[in-house]
Amino acid sequence: MPDSVALNDSSGAGEPRRRDLLQIGMGAVAACYAGALGFPVYRYLATPAIRSRLEGEISSVAIPQKSLPEAGAATMFLFGTRPTMLIHHQDGAWVAFDAVCTHLGCTVGFEPQNQRIFCPCHGGTYDMKTGEVVAGPPPKGLNVYRVEVSDEHVIVSRA
Amino acid sequence: MSTSSFPERDAQGRVCTERGGISRWADERLGISTLVDLARHKRVPQHKHSFWYYWGGISLLFFIVQLFTGILLLVYYRPGKEAFESVRQITYDVDFGWLIRSAHSWSANLMVFAVFVHLFSVLFMKAYRKPREFGWWSGLMLLGMVMLFGFSGYLLPMDQLAYFATKVGLQIPSMIPGLSQLVNDLVRGGSQVGEATVQRFFALHAVILPLLFLPLLSFHLYLVQRHGNALPPGEAARPESDRRIIPFFPNFLAQDLAMWLIALNVVTILATLYPWDLGKPADPLSPAPVGIHPEWYFMSQFQLLKVVGALIPGFAGEIAGMTLFGAATVFLAIIPLFDPDSSFGQRARLTSWLGAAILGGMIVLTIWGYAAL
Repeated sequence: MPDSVALNDSSGAGEPRRRDLLQIGMGAVAACYAGALGFPVYRYLATPAIRSRLEGEISSVAIPQKSLPEAGAATMFLFGTRPTMLIHHQDGAWVAFDAVCTHLGCTVGFEPQNQRIFCPCHGGTYDMKTGEVVAGPPPKGLNVYRVEVSDEHVIVSRA
Repeated sequence: MSTSSFPERDAQGRVCTERGGISRWADERLGISTLVDLARHKRVPQHKHSFWYYWGGISLLFFIVQLFTGILLLVYYRPGKEAFESVRQITYDVDFGWLIRSAHSWSANLMVFAVFVHLFSVLFMKAYRKPREFGWWSGLMLLGMVMLFGFSGYLLPMDQLAYFATKVGLQIPSMIPGLSQLVNDLVRGGSQVGEATVQRFFALHAVILPLLFLPLLSFHLYLVQRHGNALPPGEAARPESDRRIIPFFPNFLAQDLAMWLIALNVVTILATLYPWDLGKPADPLSPAPVGIHPEWYFMSQFQLLKVVGALIPGFAGEIAGMTLFGAATVFLAIIPLFDPDSSFGQRARLTSWLGAAILGGMIVLTIWGYAAL
């Protein structure tokens, strides 16, 4: 009989703790289960984003001679997945900018007649030689790439 | 201070921070406690046949899995010309695409199985009797839609098997005089299964059927709530003091959820270990794959047509087979009128025998169908 009394005593004190432990354990199992179901679903939905991120991880793009712009004009190309602008200035200089407006992500355009790079969405204006903000809401200038000119092509790479 | 302001405030205008403040605020507007109260008062009979009560719930779980995985497949699936290519991408290019697609296919098959178990358990437990007739009829209609879901979904990958299965499947109703033109113009969208067929089967599978299925399912579930679980006749004959009941909430619900967990694990294990295959792209010029056969849930009808066709050659055989199948369906539909309550001892026994004959016939024909491949 003393045994059963001892058992009763311990169950009285131990019950809440055991229940807490059980609940924590159940919660952990449920979290693992949700993770095991959630992870494949996340990866399934994120596949295109992950792929394009990988595609974007390139360090340089070579543009063949025949696709290059005349002096005073620009050409657009994809640097991985980013729209990028290569400008051939009248003085023969080459510059390349990330063509995504730093304000809200519209693609910017080269306006040789106005001597500027312009974003039509909210009127962001950038210097056509340096990419610095000249007017409008953009918080910072356009990202500048390094340009190397050879006989066959122009190589644009991360600065 | 009005009770409709948020956050809840006391007489002095202080925000209520004590426990239950937000739940009381929500309850006053949503009436959650009425539902909780209903669930608390609901009772579920416990007896040796209680196991069969779970199968409606299991069917529901598989349907939820279908809804969830189906929506995920919609993210990449493209009907029409690119149907096969998009399923190829889902299966081989997209991360875990094979798993989502396999879960959808496996859960579809398991749902059909669970629905059949549910149907026959309701039949043998006489749960179609007054006042549950509409539950029975809505259930039969849901079964018909589940079969249509299966048939229309089977074509969507547009591989060889899908193509020929649909071709044969549509040929069968075309044999009924007058239906041929209708099938041609409205269902197949031409004389051959092709892009037009996939596009409209997709509309049927992903829009029209769910739109009809969901309200009917809600109606079915409402009736289950209204009338509760039926007692099988053997159990109903016992004195009330001998019967055992348990509360729906939380006892039966916990058991139901445990069943759901088991069912979900079965889908996951099957989809992981036996991923669904994708055949070659549909090609009308190549011969049908050897051993081509309908999905198992259409096998008994297929074999019935084959057997009756062998006994009665030609067109008359097809009609006889379809009549036999139609008779079984009509019998199932009129059971509640034929055997409406427990005082019909003789009829009840006949219903059980006919139900057993249909179930036995389906099992035998299915096995026979596979053996004859």
